[in-house]
Amino acid sequence: MRFYQHSLELYQTLEEELDSWFMHETKGLMWLAHTETQMRAERARSLLNLACGAETVMITPQEAKALCPQLDLSGGGRYPVLGASYHPAAATARHDRVVWAYAQGAMRRGVHVVQHTRVTGLVRDGERVTGVETSAGRISASVVLSAVGGSVSTVAAHAGVRLPIRTHPLQAFVTNGYDFPFAGIVSDTELLCYVSQTERGQMLIGAEYDAQPSYSLRSSFSFLQSSAAKITHLLPFLRDLRILRQWTGICDISADFSPIMGHTGVDGFLVTTGWGTWGFKAIPAGGEQMAQLIATGRAPALIEPFGLERFASDQTMADPGSTGTH
Amino acid sequence: MLWITCPTCGRRPVEEYSFGGELRGVREGITDPIARDIDYAWMYDNIEGVTVERWFHRAGCRRWLTLRRDTTTDSVVAYPLPGGPRGR
Ligand SMILES: Cc1cc2nc3c(=O)[nH]c(=O)nc-3n(C[C@H](O)[C@H](O)[C@H](O)COP(=O)(O)OP(=O)(O)OC[C@H]3O[C@@H](n4cnc5c(N)ncnc54)[C@H](O)[C@@H]3O)c2cc1C
Ligand SMILES: [Zn+2]
Repeated sequence: MRFYQHSLELYQTLEEELDSWFMHETKGLMWLAHTETQMRAERARSLLNLACGAETVMITPQEAKALCPQLDLSGGGRYPVLGASYHPAAATARHDRVVWAYAQGAMRRGVHVVQHTRVTGLVRDGERVTGVETSAGRISASVVLSAVGGSVSTVAAHAGVRLPIRTHPLQAFVTNGYDFPFAGIVSDTELLCYVSQTERGQMLIGAEYDAQPSYSLRSSFSFLQSSAAKITHLLPFLRDLRILRQWTGICDISADFSPIMGHTGVDGFLVTTGWGTWGFKAIPAGGEQMAQLIATGRAPALIEPFGLERFASDQTMADPGSTGTH
Repeated sequence: MLWITCPTCGRRPVEEYSFGGELRGVREGITDPIARDIDYAWMYDNIEGVTVERWFHRAGCRRWLTLRRDTTTDSVVAYPLPGGPRGR
């Protein structure tokens, strides 16, 4: 949680630092609960968040309705809203703009960004990794950090490193424009879906990742069907909108649903992975902390628990900060 | 969408099945028994290509089956020979 809170704070000043606009907007996020068990889980979430400096409060159904008037508190008669936890500082940003802003910022500071070039192997000198083989030739490096998202197992295999990672597709879709403002982000752990409004007024809807691992980027009709069925219980106005676009990305899901950052046991080869479906919110903190790790050779305190060694030393965790989205 | 042909029930949509994980052999290359157990407990091949894996026909005959699936296209490429429990 502390790690993600740090990331949230870095995001708040990142546009200024990188001198670019990526539509960062603080909107607030509510997690709806429909059962007593879920209410308990949301209470636990808000207490833990609070303890880690991420303000989160429990709100009543009426308060949820006041924040989001479109909400059907009866959940279509099937999923009555008993309450919600509410995190006012939650924000969204335009994902591709964040990537461009980072790339530009890095290039201004002298970093070479090589586009459209695939890493096809790792150069090894005995046990050490000393560079990468790419589709454009060999590049030497004293440290190689793999940050390739869902492709991490393939890259790590070149160093003989095996990881507790499975690659699953995650899908999302947007509707056509909704003419009214929609407050914040509405999320639901029981129905496993979330919704927010983009800058252009489209409604953005996502759900859980595909059950079987795969590297396929194909979107499916059954995903549209199942998420539309779920989300319209809570937000009936969505029935009148049309689906404009859907897409799929691949996510590196770790065995304990927490990220894996650091050394791999092979000299010169590091990974940052396990970002699953929640890695976007971690970008500023993940980058900063990994840079420190590479510069000093040691994991800073904030990410020390996220080492790959935890699987061997029986110190795995299900970090509650990871498993949410946004 | 992925369709899987169950030996008992025929061609059925993936929603009827539960994914049972990749079929993992014990890695003979790892000689230290503890390291081998850790590998077995936590590590995945997570192959980008053809994998051998187990599926459970949850909303059907409720039997397990083994198949080969290409994870780059998410399509089944081969079913096991009848009688071969591990499908290799
Ligand atoms: C539909 C969807 C919705 C999501 N919603 C959220 C959300 O609401 N909140 C949130 O926090 N997270 C969300 N995520 C997750 C988030 O997008 C990821 O966790 C995050 O992008 C991971 O960042 P990364 O830099 O580790 O990897 P990626 O962004 O996946 O980048 C990896 C890069 O490596 C490149 N690459 C791969 N293989 C090679 C190779 N061999 N050689 C060279 N380059 C290679 C890829 O082309 C890619 O550009 C969502 C993901 C998806 C798919
Ligand atoms: Zn069957």
